[in-house]
Order: sequence, then C-alpha cells, then structure tokens
Amino acid sequence: MDFNPERPIYLQIIDEIKKRIVRGDLKPSEKLPSQRELATIMSVNPNTVQRAYKELEDAKIAQTLRGQGTFISSTISLKELQNELASEALEEFLTQMSELGLSHGEIKELLVRSLQERTE
Amino acid sequence: MLLRVTNVSKSYFGKQALKNFTYELEYGKIIGLLGPNGSGKSTLLKSIAGLFPVDSGEVLINGQRVGTRTKSQVVYLPEVDPFNQNYKVVDIIRFYETCFKDFDLKKAEELLHELALDKNQVIGSFSKGMRARLKLVLALSRKAPLLLLDEPLSGIDPLSRDTIIKAIAREFNPEKQSIILSTHEVFESESLFDEVVLLEKGHIKWQGNIESLRENSSLKRLLEEVYL
Repeated sequence: MDFNPERPIYLQIIDEIKKRIVRGDLKPSEKLPSQRELATIMSVNPNTVQRAYKELEDAKIAQTLRGQGTFISSTISLKELQNELASEALEEFLTQMSELGLSHGEIKELLVRSLQERTE
Repeated sequence: MLLRVTNVSKSYFGKQALKNFTYELEYGKIIGLLGPNGSGKSTLLKSIAGLFPVDSGEVLINGQRVGTRTKSQVVYLPEVDPFNQNYKVVDIIRFYETCFKDFDLKKAEELLHELALDKNQVIGSFSKGMRARLKLVLALSRKAPLLLLDEPLSGIDPLSRDTIIKAIAREFNPEKQSIILSTHEVFESESLFDEVVLLEKGHIKWQGNIESLRENSSLKRLLEEVYL
C-alpha cells in the first residue's frame, strides 16, 4: 500500500480497513490480520498498526478478544460506514472545488454533466 | 530509560563530530536518524555501541556506562561490510553464535530463508543487496534491547530494500526493544519510524513524533525547512 506522506499512517490504515468492510472484502465478525502481520504486509511500524486497531475498537468497528485476535464487529452497520466514507469523500471534493473558485451552482452543473456522460 | 546520552562530545582528525550531544530513548520505539553526510549519525551510533571512547560526557544503556558489560545489550549493524570474503554464510552464523550469548540460531535460519539467502554460499559471491540482507539477519537474530542500524538500506536495489524494511517491521518487539536506524533513504523508510531525529554538524536540529508531524505537514516539508 502506498501512503500519502501528508496524512498520519494510522488514519490511512483505518480508512483502508473501513473501505474493505464497505466493499465486502472484510465481513462482520471476520478476523483481522494480527498486528505483526499487518505491519509486515504494509511495511509499517507495529506501533502504528496498534494505534489503528485501538481507534477501530474505540469506534466499535472492531473488537479484540483476549488471546484470539482482533475481529470486525458483528453488529457493524455497513450502511452507516458507507455514509461516513461517502461524506468524507464529498467533503474533500467540495473543498477542492471551492479552492478552484467554483460556485455551488457551477459545481452542481459540472457534477450533473459528468454523471450524465458516465451513464451515456 | 533504555538509552541516555548526556553532553557527549567527540572529535577526530581535528573535526568535531558530536558537540555536547544529549538524547534519551525509552523502550518500544523505532527512531529514524537523519541528516547529511558528516552530521554525526555514524559517530553517534558508534559511541553508543562503545566502538570508541567519547571525549567528554556520558552514554548510559539501562543505567550502565557503555563498556564491555553493555555489549550484550546493544546490536550494532555497521555501514561497512565486515565479512571475510572466503567464508560461507553458515561459517559467519556459527561465529556469531559463539560471540553472542543472545544469538538465536533458529531465528537466524528462519530469517535466512525469509530473506532468500543460501547458507552454503560464499560471501565473496554476494551482491550488495545480499550483503545488506545478511547483515540484517545477523542483527535481528540477537535478542538485545537496543538495535543500532547504520545505513542498512544504502546503495541496494529496491527489492532488497523493501525486504529489509518488512523484516524490521516484523521482527521489532516494542515491549523489549528500541531501534535507531540511520538512513539517507528517508522516504522509503519513513513508515517504519515512531520518531525522527534530524542531525546537523553534531547536534540535533529537530526531533519529534512523525505521525503527529503528518497531521499538518510532511517529512519532506520538514527536511526542506530544516536543511534548505
């Protein structure tokens, strides 16, 4: 995985795991790789993975069972997670568009046109 | 405190390599030691490893002054290639096993396999990348609390580099260890670090947590600010 050098790596690991859950690559109750495994796969410091797992636990997205590992929560709402990721992406998109000096009306127009082109 | 360097100065050939250098390191961290050539990175690592006496100041490892007794607590991976070219890998492994009580033969064999090195091959026939990987196998096969890796990534092919970074990520034991890694390959290795220490002319220009840094800047920007 290539990391964005301007964003904490633990947040990027969290984003990646959330994305995989929303896409269905990781299922509720599924076991996550051990911290050491993920650190090796991603070539990152194990402390960084530990922090990402801790945050996922605090957000009730994952839970650690002592001696067994870390699992995706069984009660996780995919729709909620999808909405969360979507609004983050949208927020970023809107910020970039505003930085280009586009008005809300113009953004809307461009968006509608792009979507139409895609469906054609 | 695992490591305590207090007011250390060291010069050689009339050049001061470290000036009143003070630094502390606890357990559980991987430190990126960065800086241009001649900024004191190697001198610092060698002083901690006890390879030469310092002119003034003090280096303590787990409260003990650096000396014969601290050798068992420090692993030092040298930048230069220390091997007899006629030896086979297995000869060197055996030699290390007799030198260091904490050398784990099983771990060494496992690492040789993972880093794709043949233990019956003669060192003289090794590429640069293979030598770098062998040095790492030897360093990671010991159970010492402080690992000093002097330029483990320099001048080697990208594939060996990635293998080495992965091996460090996998073998690092935050409960019982800390690692100081000096490198010029800053961007290839930054994902390994908890903290970075930037040196210039024998003292620290900047030190801090790199994840916090990434919240509103980047290592690249920091290096530009500090060195340009």
